[in-house]
Amino acid sequence: MSKQLMKGNEALAEAAMRAGCKHFFGYPITPQTEVAAYFAKKMPKIGGTFLQAESEVAAINMVLGAASAGVRAMTSSSSPGISLKTEGISYLAGSDLPCLIINVQRGGPGLGGIQPSQSDYFQATKAPGHGDLHLLVYAPESVQEIIAYVFEAFDKAEQYRVPAMLLLDGTLGQMMEPVDFDLLPTAKPADKPWATNGHKNKREHNIVNSLYLKPEELEIKNFERFERYEVIKQNEQKAEEYMLDDAEIVIAAVGLSARVAKSAINQARAEGIKVGLIRPITLFPFPVDYFTKIKNNPNVKEILTVEMNMGQMIDDVRLAVECKKPVSLLNRSGGIVPSPSEVYNRIVELNGGKK
Amino acid sequence: MATKIVFAGFGGQGVQFVAKVTAYAGMIANKEVSWLPSYGPEMRGGTSNCSVCIDESPIACPIVNDPDILMALNTPSFDKFESMVVPGGTIVYDSSLINKTSDRTDISCKGIPATKMAKEKELPGLANMIALGYMLKLTKFMDADIIKSAIEKMVPASKAALIAKNVAAIDLGYNYAE
Repeated sequence: MSKQLMKGNEALAEAAMRAGCKHFFGYPITPQTEVAAYFAKKMPKIGGTFLQAESEVAAINMVLGAASAGVRAMTSSSSPGISLKTEGISYLAGSDLPCLIINVQRGGPGLGGIQPSQSDYFQATKAPGHGDLHLLVYAPESVQEIIAYVFEAFDKAEQYRVPAMLLLDGTLGQMMEPVDFDLLPTAKPADKPWATNGHKNKREHNIVNSLYLKPEELEIKNFERFERYEVIKQNEQKAEEYMLDDAEIVIAAVGLSARVAKSAINQARAEGIKVGLIRPITLFPFPVDYFTKIKNNPNVKEILTVEMNMGQMIDDVRLAVECKKPVSLLNRSGGIVPSPSEVYNRIVELNGGKK
Repeated sequence: MATKIVFAGFGGQGVQFVAKVTAYAGMIANKEVSWLPSYGPEMRGGTSNCSVCIDESPIACPIVNDPDILMALNTPSFDKFESMVVPGGTIVYDSSLINKTSDRTDISCKGIPATKMAKEKELPGLANMIALGYMLKLTKFMDADIIKSAIEKMVPASKAALIAKNVAAIDLGYNYAE
């Protein structure tokens, strides 16, 4: 099979089915409705379940039910819809259930707008629900990368028994790029001896639950879960380094913002300005190791985060470099994407106005 | 060399489709491509636009703020994007719907009565392809044959009759003489 021209939203749905996901539960919302539309058309053909629930809350709880039975299950929404799902997300995390949650972000807060945004960074990485929990969070930058990380997200979610989230934005969901499904790895589903999937009394019954009324039991559960998060932090950090070798100015940006930054970097490099990019691909775990190298690199004078929000990832960058380097922000909000020329002008400014 | 194109017009004029044909052609020519639609309320009527990038190297920013080529199929689109075209760039517009031209001297601005021609030649709804044919002739950004094979690959078998009409519309625009 050669390359196909596909929307991010459609390609991710196709990738999920190829990764062995036969259970999708969703509720429509711009700009991710094509995800559900694609599943609605294709899922019945592979004997899977596509279900448009009565609400986002119902959809995420159906994911919880399906994941409990040990199957690959997913849901998809956009910012306001994800807020509605947070209760279920917390229950999934508390039940140690793997699943995939897609957030094709739009501008907020509130009902906000429908144009692309990255303003759910804090929600995805810090507080995706109540209680002590994290999700594995991936932020791809292209349609090809979206499909790759659908596979990765399912595999890692099962390996660690942690829900995973793909954090996209409206542009990545809506744009078409060539994709090659032949480049995908084989899915690696984990054994699920914990699944509540019927056993005809041949084994002890399993219980999937997030309710622990004895504080001693709940504390043990939480400590055990955070030990897994520590392993994740050590093993799963991912980032792209772009023109970083001799960089004096380092931009940190994810997803669409990173692509805008690359355009600006290409222009600045053509004029001899030493600027590069760290593009976090995992947002939890945040790729601290990549920033540690920057922190210890005497060549690096300035760090700039480019974000489609009021400045969220900048906090993680500052923590990662332990405030040893100056970190500043270039941002647009409300659904506006920063332009390459805005970023280029800031690069020149940080370079002391020299071109 | 990168080519950045904005296609713009009313919803229903086939702006997104003609842009998709162009991006698809770039892909089968082994180039890097991106296709980015406007997905706001405009797609439910009103103006609609679509950005296409075609490049030898990976496309960084897929949003086009500085098009090399603009296809404008209605007046609001012409007014919105005219000033954004880069110096040396080209505007191709439907002169049966847009009664003006550009005052800019640093770009090439060419009209073609695409809607009128589509009506006369009984190619309903294909003013977009007529304009694309003319754009190919003026800018040479891609071989017309690649566009035609893109059309052949993109039109589903159930609508195969439309292939010949789309190809005829491309030829009509390509052979248009002012």
